[in-house]
Amino acid sequence: MTIKFPDFDYAAIAPILIVFGVAAVGILVEAFVPKRGRYLTQLVLALTGLVAALVVLITQADTRVVTAGQAIAIDGPALFLQGSIIVLAIMSVLLIGERALEKGGPFVAQAAITVGSEDDRKQAAHADGATEVYPLATFAIGGMMLFVSANDLLTMFIALEVLSLPLYLMCALARRRRLVSQEAALKYFMLGAYASAFFLFGVALVYGFTASVEAAPGRQAGGVDFATIHAAATASPANRALLFAGLAMIAIGLLFKAAAAPFHVWTPDVYQGAPTPVTGFMAACTKVAAFGALLRVLYVAFDGARWDFTPVLGAIAILTMLVGAVLAVTQTDLKRLLAYSSIANAGYLLVGVLAGVRGGISSTMFYLVAYGFTVIAAFAVVTLVRDADGEATHLSRWAGLGRRSPVFAGVFTFILLAFAGIPLTSGFISKFAVFGAALDGGQTWLVIAGVVTSMILAFPYLRVVVMMWLSEPGETTPTIAVPGALTAAALVIGVAATLVLGVAPAPLLNLSDTAAQFIR
Amino acid sequence: MQDFPYLTVLTGLPLLGAIVVWCLPKSKPETAKIVALAWSLVVFVLSVVMWIAFQAGGDRLQLRESYEWIPTWDARFTFAVDGIALVMLLMVTVLVPIVILASWHDADKSKRSIPTYFALLLVLEFTMIGVFAAADIFLFYVFFEVMLVPMYFLIGSFGGHQRQYAAVKFFLYSLVGGLFMLAAVIGLWVVGGHTFDWATLINSDFATNTGRWLFLGFFIAFAIKAPFFPFHTWLPDAGGAAPAGAAALLVGVLDKVGTFGILRYCLPLFPEASRWFAPWAIALAVIGIIYAALLAIGQNDLKRLVSYTSIAHFGFIGVGIFAFTTQAGTGAVLYMLNHGLATGLLFLVVGMLVARRGSQNIRDFGGAGKLVPVLAGVLFFAGLASLALPGTAPFVSEFLVLIGTFTVNKPVAVIATLGIILAAAYVLWMVQRTTQGNLNPALLDEPRMRRDLTVREKVVVAPLILLILFLGFYPKPVTDVINPAVQATMQDVGKSDPAPISGTTTEAAVK
Repeated sequence: MTIKFPDFDYAAIAPILIVFGVAAVGILVEAFVPKRGRYLTQLVLALTGLVAALVVLITQADTRVVTAGQAIAIDGPALFLQGSIIVLAIMSVLLIGERALEKGGPFVAQAAITVGSEDDRKQAAHADGATEVYPLATFAIGGMMLFVSANDLLTMFIALEVLSLPLYLMCALARRRRLVSQEAALKYFMLGAYASAFFLFGVALVYGFTASVEAAPGRQAGGVDFATIHAAATASPANRALLFAGLAMIAIGLLFKAAAAPFHVWTPDVYQGAPTPVTGFMAACTKVAAFGALLRVLYVAFDGARWDFTPVLGAIAILTMLVGAVLAVTQTDLKRLLAYSSIANAGYLLVGVLAGVRGGISSTMFYLVAYGFTVIAAFAVVTLVRDADGEATHLSRWAGLGRRSPVFAGVFTFILLAFAGIPLTSGFISKFAVFGAALDGGQTWLVIAGVVTSMILAFPYLRVVVMMWLSEPGETTPTIAVPGALTAAALVIGVAATLVLGVAPAPLLNLSDTAAQFIR
Repeated sequence: MQDFPYLTVLTGLPLLGAIVVWCLPKSKPETAKIVALAWSLVVFVLSVVMWIAFQAGGDRLQLRESYEWIPTWDARFTFAVDGIALVMLLMVTVLVPIVILASWHDADKSKRSIPTYFALLLVLEFTMIGVFAAADIFLFYVFFEVMLVPMYFLIGSFGGHQRQYAAVKFFLYSLVGGLFMLAAVIGLWVVGGHTFDWATLINSDFATNTGRWLFLGFFIAFAIKAPFFPFHTWLPDAGGAAPAGAAALLVGVLDKVGTFGILRYCLPLFPEASRWFAPWAIALAVIGIIYAALLAIGQNDLKRLVSYTSIAHFGFIGVGIFAFTTQAGTGAVLYMLNHGLATGLLFLVVGMLVARRGSQNIRDFGGAGKLVPVLAGVLFFAGLASLALPGTAPFVSEFLVLIGTFTVNKPVAVIATLGIILAAAYVLWMVQRTTQGNLNPALLDEPRMRRDLTVREKVVVAPLILLILFLGFYPKPVTDVINPAVQATMQDVGKSDPAPISGTTTEAAVK
């Protein structure tokens, strides 16, 4: 028996290969480069790798191909989402690499040191942070890029694990408040493992379903690639219970990563405990990856079951928006507030996903990019507001910040207005895009829920604005540290993108519109 | 002259000015004030030139400009004005320089940056001009929402007592309204064939139910903005806490966006729904006239009192709009202008009194006319204008509204007339308690209370007084511009004016 080696379109998957290659080299750097030089080497390596991947990706902009033995589909949405992941990841790596704010950077030197011990105090004060975080992040980025272009469920599962495992580790690496950080990582890991298990079980059930359907002549029955699932689902056989059960479990796995209610409970704890640059990375890039995969699964594989899954996922979308908006109102910690806001935003993204028309794909993709830029900028500001014990994230500590440093308070106000969806910010355009697409697709009820929750959600944002500008500064108001070049760069990119996408969104809207065509 | 891009320049100029003023050094507040004033005067001159370029009997929408913006959605930078918008634009450009001059020392007391205050006023002017000049619904919505931000900071950062509460309440109320409108705007875009162009959309028909829901989305937003009863509760707080200049703009201009929006968007876009909802809207307006007037009588806070009088006046405007006669409609638009002038003046004068006394509680005054006779006289005049005394401009508009309504709906006109009596009560009582009667001895302890109107303050009030008198005797230049626009709007709604009653009776007699 001979096994035919599948054809690879190496040019099409070159960006993924570059990122994974850089991650592998990063590990070698850890092993062979002396400690003094590692930080700079890793940072430069990661950034050049990402930029190179982006450049190669742009040269491949017109590629539309299914390759690697039907395992990877490089089409419009895949390229668009991969590009957004890389751009947002570059911003995140800039934040991760910042060492001017705190001696040694935001990461612990050795994660294995006992918390609270003499060694721990020493590392918190002096030691340089661990540089393993760069290859970890790069692996996660590569996993995300594979995740959004996977063309069968098994590849998707592997990509899911490749992107998740480094994230679990990165959550545990905070330099300060290490117990909270480790707790967050463990929680994320445990729940993430369950979600992965659900996903895998769903894959098995779907395989059972496709195997039970008689295949078209010349094709083999059974399989978990999207074309086969699509064919089986549209063949509309008598018993679709396996299909629905499988889809439900796959959706649970994906919605967990996307932080949709009721699979969101990890989000506030993990967002709060993880080192802030990592939180920004998760809020932006993981969201892109999760929704990219969700789009592909729903639009490519399970397109035939649209009428069946839309009501269920619609209910989840409404629940997500409600939970995110209502619980955001009660938060007193800024990182938790942003976590709940990110949950609510997952709900708005789901509204776009469920539009079921081409505009749904393009508007969701636009939303992901716009939100990613804004949320990374938001977490960049959070890293700047600090006192002797590190970041001061409690809301009451931000009182009167507008008086102390009007520029940063102004920037953060702008970011919050973008979250609230005020026009001339990208937040408004993206909300408009998803709601418009959903109405076009006939999902009036989702739009109404979206509008109502937007009203609720405006309140917590406004409360922060009031805190910063209209309250008197207290004794304990922290100072805003002068950002290093890296944070400043990330912040400027994020805020500029939020403004530009709000005032002149046409180019990106066009791009996402032309890209919004899956191939099978 | 027609080809000059008036509206783009007029909209962009204040924004540019705001950036310039904001960049001026904080150490030289006087420079910032002078630059802001000069800039707003340039804008005013430009708007006067635009008024001349506008042809009163010409097309409905004139000075149209359209530039590409978001082609994917067919949202464009389309500016165009009809007579109503033109009058509103003039009101904005007249009021802003006056307010800037009147606010000369408003920001001095606060610990905040003075250039920022004047930059915010110019940003506000930018959004106010944009909202009246837009002829693309998306663009209109953008300005409608952005308008909140400068006003929020004007109230929150530079306001008086309870400014935080008032600012947040103002923002949340307006935002809620705005989001209702957002849903309606998106809905309109979807059912209207993916365009935002106003001129295209008014020609499209919607299913009855769709039209009613969309109307409701727009109407709630405008009713909160205007504000109509029962959406009015934010205004007394905001008006009471805002600095006098900002309050004059808030009540004088910002709230007109609500009534303007009803005339420009609700009626022409959804004529069937407008007719269907009209009784309800009139009921709300009439309740507002009486209820707000009663509350105004009971107020002890000067600025809150003026805010309540405005709510009552908005009731009149609402009645005028939904009576669906040209007379009442013209009266309503004229009322929007006159109310801006009269209430603007009243707010500014009250602000001058409050600044002298350091309190806005009516009980802290009493006999102030003996110390500051000219100021008291101006307050009296502003009060009379506000209660629509014949000879002042508001009389013309109130009268037009009432006779226009009387021809189609007598009971409403009669009830609304009661509002005039109540207006006399709240104005005269307020004037009496503050400036007349025995001198409150506490006033003598305030050295500032002995200083009558300064030259700057006289320059502030003079143009408004002159305009109110001029338009009171000769409103023709304005009505000529308004009339065609109102007639076109009433045609959109599908209502024609009833034939004159006297004419029909004589005809019957002849037969």
